[in-house]
Amino acid sequence: MRMKSLIAATVAFAALAMNGPAAHAAGDAIHLEKQDWSFSGLFGTFDRAAAQRGLQVYREVCATCHSLDYIAFRNLADLGYSEAEVKAIAAEYEVVDGPNDEGEMFTRPGTPSDRFVAPFANDNAARAGNGGALPPDLSLIVEARAGFEDYIYGLLTGYGEAPEGVNVSEGMSYNKAFPGFQIAMGQPLYEDGVTYADGTKASVEQMAKDVTTFLTWASEPNLEERKRTGVAVILFLIVASGLFYASKRKIWANVH
Amino acid sequence: MAEVEEGATRRDFINVASGAVGVVGIAAAAWPFINQMNPAADTLALSSTEVDISAVEEGMAITVVWRGKPVFIRHRTAAEIEEANNVDLGELRDPTPDADRAEKPEWLILIGICTHLGCVPLGQKTTEARGDFGGWFCPCHGSHYDTSGRIRKGPAPLNLPVPPYVFTGDTAIKIG
Amino acid sequence: MSTANFTNPVVRWIDHRLPIFSFLHHEAHEYPTPKNLSYWWNFGSLAGIMLVIMLVTGITLAMHYTPHVDYAFASVERIMRDVNSGWLIRYIHMNGASFFFIAVYIHMFRGLYYGSYKAPRELLWMLGVVIMLLMMATAFMGYVLPWGQMSFWGATVITNLFSAIPLVGEHVVTWLWGGFSVDNPTLNRFFALHYLLPFVIFAVVVLHIVALHRFGSNNPLGIDVKGPQDTIPFHPYYTVKDAFGLFVFLIPFAFFIFFAPNFLGHPDNYIPANPLVTPAHIVPEWYFLPFYAILRAVPDKLFGVLAMFGAIAVLFILPWLDRSPVRSGSFRPVFKIFFWLLFVDCIALTWLGGKPAEGWYVTASRIATVYYFFYFLVALPLLSIFETPKPLPKSISESVLGGSGGPAAAPAAAKEKA
Repeated sequence: MRMKSLIAATVAFAALAMNGPAAHAAGDAIHLEKQDWSFSGLFGTFDRAAAQRGLQVYREVCATCHSLDYIAFRNLADLGYSEAEVKAIAAEYEVVDGPNDEGEMFTRPGTPSDRFVAPFANDNAARAGNGGALPPDLSLIVEARAGFEDYIYGLLTGYGEAPEGVNVSEGMSYNKAFPGFQIAMGQPLYEDGVTYADGTKASVEQMAKDVTTFLTWASEPNLEERKRTGVAVILFLIVASGLFYASKRKIWANVH
Repeated sequence: MAEVEEGATRRDFINVASGAVGVVGIAAAAWPFINQMNPAADTLALSSTEVDISAVEEGMAITVVWRGKPVFIRHRTAAEIEEANNVDLGELRDPTPDADRAEKPEWLILIGICTHLGCVPLGQKTTEARGDFGGWFCPCHGSHYDTSGRIRKGPAPLNLPVPPYVFTGDTAIKIG
Repeated sequence: MSTANFTNPVVRWIDHRLPIFSFLHHEAHEYPTPKNLSYWWNFGSLAGIMLVIMLVTGITLAMHYTPHVDYAFASVERIMRDVNSGWLIRYIHMNGASFFFIAVYIHMFRGLYYGSYKAPRELLWMLGVVIMLLMMATAFMGYVLPWGQMSFWGATVITNLFSAIPLVGEHVVTWLWGGFSVDNPTLNRFFALHYLLPFVIFAVVVLHIVALHRFGSNNPLGIDVKGPQDTIPFHPYYTVKDAFGLFVFLIPFAFFIFFAPNFLGHPDNYIPANPLVTPAHIVPEWYFLPFYAILRAVPDKLFGVLAMFGAIAVLFILPWLDRSPVRSGSFRPVFKIFFWLLFVDCIALTWLGGKPAEGWYVTASRIATVYYFFYFLVALPLLSIFETPKPLPKSISESVLGGSGGPAAAPAAAKEKA
């Protein structure tokens, strides 16, 4: 009886949690299709090949406007790059350093401990270069948007002709996944917009999926460790609960 | 938790097992809270410093920062090198030949932290006290280092350590 | 204080001079506890353990956090990405706040149902309400520290509540901010206070336990302990029961930490604070939602704020509103109905607080708010006069012996509150 009421309480909480603050996105009917992600589920891991392709999409397409401030080149080792490959990628970037002994700032090739170099010097420069709209930093974009990875994928594949009766302002694009349906970012992905080294066909969906995988990793690089630890911790807690329940029964056996 | 009620005649296996599991759980949970104080990934990644030493004239020295510590780079004179080489290793507290302490004899590169209790020794400027052996002198507790940075007198147990470094050019080094 | 016989000579030596071991033995070991406490009585110790978890994770996070508007967000990201196990510690702290409130709200509903606030435990209850208030202040200031969009705008909205105070409101808000908007001085002082208040909570918890040990725990029958036959020593009976309960409680907690760490949060808080752009939907954390619903239910700034604080203030005078001599709701057939309505009412307020303030949600919030105050200010005083309680058992041991749980086989269903 008491256990039952405890369970009922748990269920009530769960129901409450489902209605929690995060549950409602923008009011207008935006339907985000649930995609099948390698990193979802209790045992999810990042598809390394997809994440590496996603890095390529980021570097060749997104990086023209979007920074990736919280990611250091050394982090790319997580995606399966060797130390030498990480160094090579880092060295392709010009990093501002200094001041030197003459008091001047100078540029040097990037090293693994450097972070991705932003395309614009500051927010105002970024706005000026993008018709007044600020391209957000992508380090946390997946965690920072309601709908998470499905939203990013939906946005990247959501461009198209505006339906009848929808007016799209000058300089804006119609996007069925964007709250308000008008987005300042022009369609970024086009068929064969990048050439994948592994021969994967670069369809819009494929690139969207790859770059979303990459950006999910960027948002939460510890996801795999978190889930792995979680499975172990919960198994431990179940065993401990069982043992302590047995102990409790034993100790309480003589009470009444 | 594993305690058995008074009067029990034998230890209760299940209670011992529960207690043991509880202790293991607490110990495992404690580790992340201890380990979080160790250097973080970004701190570990900042492990090298590059220095241009072309401007350091003979007899002069500069101090650069590597991993938050002062690194002494001294352009030694021929006399200083000779003095460092002419020491009987048997006299030394921490016997190391000078050749093992400098890749190029004219450039002596040392971590400038006294091995006694962590002060920064004097002697980088020619006007500073350099101790009885012409190298460095630690003002905190009076340790004297020679022109190879070896401990000669005072409480410090070891020589000034040599950081890992490579010459990336004639007058360019990378520490770390 | 009873003289315990310690075998260890070191313990004896110390105890003779500083009787901490006798004290612990008395208060945590032989401390007589009613033998019929249900699992609802686990939540007090669970709340205490959550406080310790929050202190430990909080102090370790503070070792890496920088309370400055230019660095706060980045320092939190550094904790998440670079600090060893930093992500784990932060997720425990984030979700720990929610689970702390879950434990405390269940603990409070248990007290409401079983009349644990009645004489002679009025001060015990009031100290509990003080703890809840301190928790709310601490949680609110903690949420500001990551300096995301929700942090900033939550801080702006909540501090602006004080502008409702007549005459001096604006000055009070400026004083809270240390400027003319939420900015670096605000963040800095919130960090200082967020670090301080948990220790104040800890001190009040000590008082709460001192008050508890004066008369001992209430119990599901709500009748006084008549003698040793009604009690068992706290250790090992309740230590093992609390330990079992703790591990069970940690399972859903761990599930949130490891598999849904951001579920109870809001995506907007992963966007750095921007004083020029307000997010489309400002929602407080779930544990504030019932109070937020009450605030929005009243179409007047000052009275809305008063209603919100009144919802907590009414808990302070609760022991004098409910004059019924019967403690346990199990023996109060009419009270029971009102109690469960209050429970549903609080769930409804929580849900409504998360909905936009428009349409029928507003009407529903008003009805729910009215019922909340009706319960405390009208229903309880009237029930004290008109309700006829069921006969009470003579003693705990008689009832426990009397078969399958007897009247103690109390309420099915959930208790939660906000």
